[in-house]
Amino acid sequence: MTRRAAVPIAVRALCKTYGKVLALNDVELDVRGGEFLTLLGPSGSGKTTLLMVLAGFIRPDQGSLKFGDDEVIRLAPHKRDIGMVFQNYALFPHMDVATNVAFPLKLRGVKGADQQRRVEVALQTVQLEGYGARRIDELSGGQRQRVALARAIVFEPRIVLMDEPLSALDKQLRERMQIELRQLHEKLGTTTIYVTHDQREALTMSDRIAVISGGRIMQLDTPQVIYEQPKNRFVAEFIGESTFLKAELDGAELCRCAGQVLRLGRAASARGPGVVMLRPERLRILQGEAGGTENMLTARVVNTIYQGDSFLLQAQLADGTALSARGMAGQGSLASLPGVGAQVRLSFSVADTVWLADAAA
Amino acid sequence: MNRFAPSPGANAAGLRRDDSVERLALFALSAPALLLVLVTMIAPVAWLFGLSFLDDAGSVSLEHYRRMIDQPSYGRTFLVTFQVSLLTTAICIAAGYPLAYAVSQMPTRAANLCLILVLLPFWTSLLVRTYAWLVLLQRKGLINEWGIRLGWWDEPLALVHNMTGTLIGMVHIMLPFLVLPLLGAMRAIDADYQKAAASLGASPMRAFWSVFFPLSMPGLLAGTLIVFILCLGFYVTPAVLGGGKVIMVSNHIANDIELFFNWGAASALGVVLLVLTLAFLFVAVRLLRLDKVLGGVHG
Repeated sequence: MTRRAAVPIAVRALCKTYGKVLALNDVELDVRGGEFLTLLGPSGSGKTTLLMVLAGFIRPDQGSLKFGDDEVIRLAPHKRDIGMVFQNYALFPHMDVATNVAFPLKLRGVKGADQQRRVEVALQTVQLEGYGARRIDELSGGQRQRVALARAIVFEPRIVLMDEPLSALDKQLRERMQIELRQLHEKLGTTTIYVTHDQREALTMSDRIAVISGGRIMQLDTPQVIYEQPKNRFVAEFIGESTFLKAELDGAELCRCAGQVLRLGRAASARGPGVVMLRPERLRILQGEAGGTENMLTARVVNTIYQGDSFLLQAQLADGTALSARGMAGQGSLASLPGVGAQVRLSFSVADTVWLADAAA
Repeated sequence: MNRFAPSPGANAAGLRRDDSVERLALFALSAPALLLVLVTMIAPVAWLFGLSFLDDAGSVSLEHYRRMIDQPSYGRTFLVTFQVSLLTTAICIAAGYPLAYAVSQMPTRAANLCLILVLLPFWTSLLVRTYAWLVLLQRKGLINEWGIRLGWWDEPLALVHNMTGTLIGMVHIMLPFLVLPLLGAMRAIDADYQKAAASLGASPMRAFWSVFFPLSMPGLLAGTLIVFILCLGFYVTPAVLGGGKVIMVSNHIANDIELFFNWGAASALGVVLLVLTLAFLFVAVRLLRLDKVLGGVHG
């Protein structure tokens, strides 16, 4: 596999309605050349619709789609030069592995030894050398997934699209394939758009994540920014565990929450009602004195839950607001957990205290 | 080392007995159907088989089979039978494949409506449909009247009482037998296959021929086989629409019995047709690996 100049993708004012439902609502998206971008959203959010528009299988109502400098919105799917991996793999059952992988090469007039060589290289790339003569129904789910991948990259397409390609695999295999797909992308450098509803998958694999809901892109940024600084409540709720505390702003950098004052990581840009978002794993049970630079909340323990690698502590503020803290479950830390009904002080850094105005939700 | 392991053979005899009781119950449930087949199919066929080896005097002879070789009319009958069956099957494929394809690509509602239209003739008596074609196709029938009135042709076309009429009637009756298994196979083809082919660079035509068509083959072969074999034994339609000019084996058998009261000759014809059909089926299964097709084994 050789590296080809990676192609950027530009989506402008893309709309698609089904009856009265807006599946895509004025979508704007810029994918950089060579980038691994994930479309993340719940089912029905429009992420698959967007992918199918990129592939050419769904005709949008309006909008523009450019691969590099070429407008392709009206181009037939088979002329778009896209390698696509389907959720159910869509391997042709009447062809063996090698014939499946050779299919796009045959269509491009690559014949004989050249074709054979490229099929072998592609199968090697997905660690399936020697599987060429196997029938599709003789392969395991993970192997089918790899064949589908080999078939999608063997003709060195400008762009690779993947529609939840790992969702049919079991957890362990899925996690291994995530790493492999990521490494493969680094090797090939093809612009890749990946659809998933699995946030961990998105965080693990992506250069950037576009969180989609209701046919709109809610936030487009690196995994770290998406997780640490969600722009609105939907993104904060959809990705990771989160606790929301009703709060009132007190100046731009302070807020009041059940009578306790918290400093904000970033100044609130607008006044008005809102919530403070906390990630449970960023909360610590304070044993000694509070460090002066940290935020702190006093709460009453409602429950502690043992979850193997971690424990979850559920607590209530004075006004009844629920919040939870997650800690690593070591032998010692479990023994020293406070009992139900005890008062605890939970501390967390100012940077992890995220203000979300209600209007942005 | 497991202290809780049961003593060897605990309940083994009882569990084995439960097994055989279950098998026996299953057999008992299918017994009525088996009995029916035995009485209405196996026994008469065996009886006819016996009859075909008896001459008029009731002694064992090969007279009826020898006559089939000696008299050219018999050979012609078999030739016509295969000719009509092949043509009917071919026309059914030509008309049925595009029809099934169209229905398979329609949205569910429209597809079901079309399916009902395909099935509608099924619910009407075969005899009624055959006579309906007679009304439509005859010299002063609807089609000839309108064809002449609209100036498409001047003389009434000979649409019936010949091969043409027989084929029209038989294709009409056989079409659902081809379309139904074909549609079943087509509906089982995942739409993603064609999308995958397109994304890999196949034009719609190319995607059809390299992916959809091969995957629809099992249904097509099953339908073709059903139609062809049903055609071999057809009687009513060639009798009515063939006007005595299209004599298939079934018609010949009927003649032997009704005109000549020759049960032995009729039986011999029946036996030969049965043997030829079975031979054809055997070859088809072997050649086309239809055992897989009919067994419904998919990749």
